[in-house]
Amino acid sequence: MEEISINSKKIAEYLNTGKRFDGRKPEEFRELSIETGVSINAEGSARVKLGNTDVIVGVKLATAEPYADSPNKGNFMVSAELSPMSSPRFESGPPKFPVIEFGRVLDRGLRESGFIKWEGLCIEEGKRVWTLFVDIYTLNDDGNLMDAAGIGAIAAMKTAKLPSFDKETGIIDYKHPTDNPLPLNDVTPIAITAYKIGNKIIVDPTREEQDAATSRVTIGSSDGIISSVQKGEEDSMTQEEIGEALDLADKAYKDVFKNLQNQIK
Amino acid sequence: MAENFKRMDGRELTEMRPIAAQVGIIPNANGSAMFQSGKTIAYAAVYGPREHHPRSQRNPKRATLRCKYNMISFSVNDRIRPGPSRRSTEISKITEWAITPVLMLEKFPGMVIDVHINIIQADAGTRCAGINAAAMAIAHAGIPMKEMVSSVSSGKLDKTLVIDLDKAEEDFEEGEGPTDIPVSMTQSGKVTHLQLDGKINKEELKEAIKMAEAACKEIHEVQKEALKNVGKLIEGGKK
Repeated sequence: MEEISINSKKIAEYLNTGKRFDGRKPEEFRELSIETGVSINAEGSARVKLGNTDVIVGVKLATAEPYADSPNKGNFMVSAELSPMSSPRFESGPPKFPVIEFGRVLDRGLRESGFIKWEGLCIEEGKRVWTLFVDIYTLNDDGNLMDAAGIGAIAAMKTAKLPSFDKETGIIDYKHPTDNPLPLNDVTPIAITAYKIGNKIIVDPTREEQDAATSRVTIGSSDGIISSVQKGEEDSMTQEEIGEALDLADKAYKDVFKNLQNQIK
Repeated sequence: MAENFKRMDGRELTEMRPIAAQVGIIPNANGSAMFQSGKTIAYAAVYGPREHHPRSQRNPKRATLRCKYNMISFSVNDRIRPGPSRRSTEISKITEWAITPVLMLEKFPGMVIDVHINIIQADAGTRCAGINAAAMAIAHAGIPMKEMVSSVSSGKLDKTLVIDLDKAEEDFEEGEGPTDIPVSMTQSGKVTHLQLDGKINKEELKEAIKMAEAACKEIHEVQKEALKNVGKLIEGGKK
């Protein structure tokens, strides 16, 4: 909460001596817990806790007409809600810029990585395809919601099952899922955001650290192949800092990837 | 009443689904709670009493209770478009009405108490679960309350009164079909919320409210236990 936030300047000063207030290394994530199957009416769902940061992600499928320029490809939409439940700073109301960016950055990371086999979401070419919705709700904000949500999206998508669908009637039977997972390729596009505080770069900030940051860059990659980047906030970064962010993201990726593999068997 | 009526999930007519409650689930909030009834799960988080913005909505005589009920998009089979709907707007108001009578809002003039409710998983009875969670979250926030509020749906399937309809029962189509009667009560039995959807006569309705009162007592026990044991999952409701 704002009242107890440690002074941003103190955080930057301390970081300059190579230290974080909770003793972590710059590339070190907080304890990550991933639980799947947390909301039974979703086709796939996951709850991700990163320290005190807590998000829930669900996958829903619906059928739709394909776009004219991609008659045999499914549709994909990521949306996020910075729920007012999760922080005294978030308010109800129409989505403002931060939440729109949030959804769009994650959308691009998942979309551009080749994670989804688009043709596998086609039901009948030119007539009907699956629309894949990934919906994110924050439950508690203690910093780095973006990365937590990205991990949740992957966990929910990897564990989702397609619902039964009757081609004759066009009716989807959500109560009887098939054994078929989503058509996914063997990549894991994790988004890691590096934050610049003073002239240091860290990943997975707590809320206080995130408040002290003046710039950030989100790097979506899978096994060293980068497929999405978004630099955010007003402060500039030197090319060396971008390079450092890429290195940190690489290290953090390996750690998060291992965790993900172990926890969503 | 049809004595030989069988419920789809084998429950007794006056038997609620298993319930569970946990207080202190959202670290950022001043108070928070989870309430689960069968497969329905509600989370509630309280922020406040805090400064009321916009100023023009301030009540100089007392605090304003502002509840926001929201079903998350994947809590049901057919995805709900995120954002408020006519339904959620009404339930938000109903929730405020259900809880306001037990609060001492005059202690915090000009302030606002925000209660955010998210339905994580839905299988009917979501407004009641939301009210149960909200009442616990407010108590957890240390906001003075005269008594607790508990909520449950009474109902009628064809001609038989039952407690706590689940989704399959809400979709029951035989005979007179389903009647859903969500009721919220204070622990002393005052009704703070009553709705009805269906077909019922006066005597049956009175009986249905009595059944809700008995169920609310059981819910109240679990709420109380959860509030005494912050962070611990408390289960109940099963006979």
